[in-house]
Amino acid sequence: MKRVYLDHIAATPLLPEVREAMRPFLEEMFGNPQSLHAAGREAQAAVEAARGDVAALVGARADEIYFTASGTEANNFALKGLAAGQQAKGRHLVVSAIEHSSVLNSVKALERQGFSASLVPVDRAGRVDPADVAKALTKDTVLVSVMTANSEVGTIEPVAEIAAVCRERGVLVHTDAVAAAGSVPLDVKALGVDALSLAGDQFYGPKGSAALFVRKGVRILPLVDGGVQEGGRRGGTENVPAIAGLGAAARLAARDMAARAAALVPLRDRLLEELPRRIEHVVVTGSRTDRLPHQASFCVEFVEGEAMLLFLDMNGIAASSGSACTSKALKASHVLLAMGLDHATAQGSLVFSLVGETTGADVGTLLEVFPPIVDKLRKMSPLYTAFLKERGS
Amino acid sequence: MYSDKVMDHFANPRNVGVLSDADGVGEVGNPVCGDMMTFYIKVDGDRLADVKFQTFGCGAAIAVSSMVSEMAKGKTIDEAMTITNDLVAEELGGLPKNKMHCSNLGADALHEAIQNYRDRKAGKASEAKPKAHDHEHEGFACPYCDSALAEEDKTFCRACRVEFEECPACGGITKRGDAKCVHCGVSLGAKG
Repeated sequence: MKRVYLDHIAATPLLPEVREAMRPFLEEMFGNPQSLHAAGREAQAAVEAARGDVAALVGARADEIYFTASGTEANNFALKGLAAGQQAKGRHLVVSAIEHSSVLNSVKALERQGFSASLVPVDRAGRVDPADVAKALTKDTVLVSVMTANSEVGTIEPVAEIAAVCRERGVLVHTDAVAAAGSVPLDVKALGVDALSLAGDQFYGPKGSAALFVRKGVRILPLVDGGVQEGGRRGGTENVPAIAGLGAAARLAARDMAARAAALVPLRDRLLEELPRRIEHVVVTGSRTDRLPHQASFCVEFVEGEAMLLFLDMNGIAASSGSACTSKALKASHVLLAMGLDHATAQGSLVFSLVGETTGADVGTLLEVFPPIVDKLRKMSPLYTAFLKERGS
Repeated sequence: MYSDKVMDHFANPRNVGVLSDADGVGEVGNPVCGDMMTFYIKVDGDRLADVKFQTFGCGAAIAVSSMVSEMAKGKTIDEAMTITNDLVAEELGGLPKNKMHCSNLGADALHEAIQNYRDRKAGKASEAKPKAHDHEHEGFACPYCDSALAEEDKTFCRACRVEFEECPACGGITKRGDAKCVHCGVSLGAKG
């Protein structure tokens, strides 16, 4: 059985060029970048070259990039480090209701330390209204964090407009660009943000490779205290292979982004259009216009996401879901609920996210395989039986 | 994450369907907490001549329903009432800790159907009423970190240092003092 991998938002495959860029640092070039000797210097050169490549991907300066071990760490660093750096000015934060748990839980941790926070709602398409951000700002607000795009519903947020509102009020802006960086063009100056998180495993780089951009001159306190690495802002010996891989992935993304999107957007649109046509009572989640090029998400009514994922997996198709049953906390997706979907509908969440190797034939396979799965599950669904009964009478 | 037996019952569930002339119907759960099950029973003498079910829920919920129906079919009503959540989970070769509540639902739905049959016979009720399922804390795992909760104190997760209480609306285990239930989002009243 041919495997069809449609779970970009969980992990992308490692490109061969990226693996090649990493290989020397897993083998002969094992030096510590902080060492004075030749082995150290070649590792340091690789780290600094990668820093330049990551900076170029988002229009930043190399000395504005801090490497971290994950997008989660970058988000923790941004929220906690910037909040701590600004707390003399104020202790209020504003974030959107659909942020990643690494942002929302960092906010919760800050609340325990005496900060307060406002959650900005989203509309039915998962879009944050910049006017709502403006309304949430108080004299005490020091930081706003709104994601660049949401992986679960694909919606790209109006970050530049939000940042403009905040700049007027002298409030710092962070954007979690983990889902977007490497897939859509981003420029920190055009966006007007003070900090931006990105992760290599979302654009064909290795896991454990990520970075935070912090605009020059913005005060941020370290999350990990240690030595002089990363300008003293993130202690710990650099993960040179991951950083080299991130640099290579960033270089390739900058070069190939437009071509990748041009190949994936028609496949994405085919899914978004055909799936609801082939299966009754399927709703597209997220924005149709401002959308990640690789992301197609739905809610399938009367059935539950995990059951669909298991049947898809038996057919070799990998996808993901925000249903309560797929989460260990048995909690329905906060993103879908924030968008105003009811619990039963949110339970039918399904996300197909395409990768570079996805073909039209793969999408065709999915469109063939999926309707009978839904059919089978609906036949055993008491909700569907009740619906049919109601419709019949 | 699921045993082969769970996957078998999930992929090929036994006894799926509706009995339009059922002698008893049991409905438990609600879509808010993730799973919903309806059991139909046909009684001949004191034996369950036929058992059918419908389930909205995850792989575990479907497999549990299927296993409960198989275990109950042909048994006497009294025997069927002795089917416990633990027995169902055991028959399935175990369930992931955070899915144990699905097995609670399965046995509950069957028992509800039997109760409904008994009520009908006694002339008390003719229609099944949906019932919020009771989560028994037995073998339950922390909804936040998935660690098993200690036998002696199931309202406290040692790993998270979090205290739990049962949500009055959906029966799920949620953090004590939270404004809203983690499962169904219902407001937990005064403390919030």
